[in-house]
Amino acid sequence: MSKSYFDETHCAIGHPKSTFMQWMLTIDHKRIGLMYAAVMFTFFFVAVATAFVMRLELFAPGAQFIDGDTFNQAFTLHGVIMIFLFIIPGVPAVLGNIVMPLMIGAKDVSFPRLNWFTFWLYIAGAIIALASLFTDAGFADTGWTFYAPYSLTTDTNVILTLVAAFVLGMASILTGLNFLVTIHRLRAPGMTFFKMPLFVWGIYATAWIQLLATPVVGITLILAIMEKYFGIGIFDPSKGGDPVLFEHLFWIYSHPAVYLMILPAFGIMSEIIPTFSRREIFGYRTIALSSASIAGIGYLVWGHHLYTSGMADIAKTIFSFLTFFVAIPTGIKFYDWIATMYKGKIVLSTPMLWALGTIITFTIGGLTGVTIAMIGVDIHLQDTYYTVAHFHYAMLGGVVFLFFAGLHYWFPLITGKMYDEKQAKIAFYLQFVGFNLLWFPMFIAGYYGMPRRYFDYLPEFQIYHQVSFVGAVIFITGLTYMFIVFFKGWTKGKPAGTNPWNATTLEWHMPSSPPPLENHSKVPYVDFNPYEYHHGEPVVKFDYETMKRID
Amino acid sequence: MSHEYIPEIATDRDGNEYEVQGWQDDFYGGKLGFWLFMFTEVLMFGAMFMALAYYNTLHPEDFIIASASLNRLLGGTNTVILLVSALTMGLGLLKMRVGDVKGAKLMIWATILLAVAFLIIKGFEWSAEYHHGIFLMHDKLLADSPLPYGQKLFFGMYFTMTGLHGFHIIIGIGLMIWLLKRINAGKVTPEHYILHWNIALYWDIVHLIWVFVFPYYYMIGAGGATGGH
Repeated sequence: MSKSYFDETHCAIGHPKSTFMQWMLTIDHKRIGLMYAAVMFTFFFVAVATAFVMRLELFAPGAQFIDGDTFNQAFTLHGVIMIFLFIIPGVPAVLGNIVMPLMIGAKDVSFPRLNWFTFWLYIAGAIIALASLFTDAGFADTGWTFYAPYSLTTDTNVILTLVAAFVLGMASILTGLNFLVTIHRLRAPGMTFFKMPLFVWGIYATAWIQLLATPVVGITLILAIMEKYFGIGIFDPSKGGDPVLFEHLFWIYSHPAVYLMILPAFGIMSEIIPTFSRREIFGYRTIALSSASIAGIGYLVWGHHLYTSGMADIAKTIFSFLTFFVAIPTGIKFYDWIATMYKGKIVLSTPMLWALGTIITFTIGGLTGVTIAMIGVDIHLQDTYYTVAHFHYAMLGGVVFLFFAGLHYWFPLITGKMYDEKQAKIAFYLQFVGFNLLWFPMFIAGYYGMPRRYFDYLPEFQIYHQVSFVGAVIFITGLTYMFIVFFKGWTKGKPAGTNPWNATTLEWHMPSSPPPLENHSKVPYVDFNPYEYHHGEPVVKFDYETMKRID
Repeated sequence: MSHEYIPEIATDRDGNEYEVQGWQDDFYGGKLGFWLFMFTEVLMFGAMFMALAYYNTLHPEDFIIASASLNRLLGGTNTVILLVSALTMGLGLLKMRVGDVKGAKLMIWATILLAVAFLIIKGFEWSAEYHHGIFLMHDKLLADSPLPYGQKLFFGMYFTMTGLHGFHIIIGIGLMIWLLKRINAGKVTPEHYILHWNIALYWDIVHLIWVFVFPYYYMIGAGGATGGH
């Protein structure tokens, strides 16, 4: 093969000699994914620490060591980092970047230089967001939703956070655009849409949401900036503007955004379940199409955030109905996964444990979501800890748990090493127990009326907060331990080989582990389904040098 | 291009060969990507039009009065200028595709000049409005001025949307100057004109947005404050 510009440098600009600059300028999708992971998990720990500070403060009623204003800034910081810097870019930017091109047999994404630019746009957004921590006005205290009119009148530095959210939104749009074109254009010959691995389907549905919903929040944030600094009046009641309009525009994006978070995570689940059940996935097409329909219906449910904000009763009823409706494709996925495991040879490796744990936690998270989609119940539970618990069961117990599952699953692919299975399992059990202890009491506290975002509470809620605190300590211990296990695996682990899990999809058919630059030694012809097992053994086998089938 | 990209060949089990699409030299992929990006522009302006339509239903009278006070002569001239600039942009692309690089460059220069003319006229309009006391954070648009809500909202959105549109024009001028540089450097040629294609597409979207902005702001009050009755 002829040497191309790409072969020689793999950098966006020039031909740097130093390894450091080669990483900074890299356009290799695997390296970019790793850099995302490094930055993202750093922020993740900052946000976890902020949450822990809040838990400490809430250990007893009354002010302990921070005042109410600082508490408001703390939960805003926690929300902004977790939502905009961690969980929205999360799975697509890290695992999507690293694994998706490998899965479809591509050499890279469609626009590698744009991918590089997007990463630095993300870094710029992160810097802008955190810059306001060090200004005089201090970090925003509005919550991550920036609701008007409060966000327009508060003296804290909202503008930097709004600009940051806009820049991060741009990065998200460009990632989605890149992945859409990649999936449309760069699939290996023979790989039709219904021969793609389901993780790719998840990324595909997500990319559409990133592309179609993010511009709306982008312009909403710009309008909020225009309102705050130029007084255009659009959200300002003193000029005839309507603050509820902000809520509508905000949630038109931000509700699809939660599906944007969960869909690639569901994709990870769809990879792990057949691999560790050694069985072809049950209902491939229904899983693939349910991703698409979740993305579609997810657009039309935003109004359930506004039941108490002033909306016509008929609109509330329609939004409530549509919200129930979105649970159907989600349910289909869960039944498919469980049916896949039926009569399978289940191997309880760590990724499978995470996936099974998620089936429990996300079911709780999802079903409690259905209860608060009911208008009457929501009036009671709106803005209580019940909603907080629901959200964290769905997001942490769904998206992040599956993200961790994916990290365990693809760890040998990414690093070429294997972590210690036993220790990784201990980390899982610690986090699973800690997680439930941390958030389940909040359902009860919320049901009895503990409001969210309060830094003080009545003494009767103390027991719930204290149980939560114990859960938080266990959870953070497990979390830290998991990363230690990862680190030890990376530095001292045994070589994993190219296909340690007996998996079937293309990313496990690499000439070396970790995969070399430009991926597969040759692009294979795909004339098989992604999960073909026969008597618990993968059907399709490749010669990794020529990428010809040898089965 | 400084190197020749040779696509890989994948072979199936029967020995049939298939050309693999790489990310390099993917004209269709480049077009698809830019179309998707333009879609996000449409959504951004679409959300603003939605907000505008919402306030229009709340204050129909005020919107017509405010619209009547805009300068249709300057706005109309600008519309014509943008339509002609879309034509020159398109002609430039056609010339590039048939190999007339010099003609293409001339047409891009014409587009740039028209774009600058648009901005100058826009500047005259805004300064006239400023002298009438209608400008962001000024006089009649302040919260305590007696101007009715509907008119304040109309002008607030007017400055936001025409401002953002003007910002897109400025970006477009930058893109066209960059395109000229790439043509001069031999990076955009009658064989590799994807950049030219995409910038022409961008310019089309920019003028198309104006085609919707113009009637909604300038024309709804064209019959005068009474609506023409």
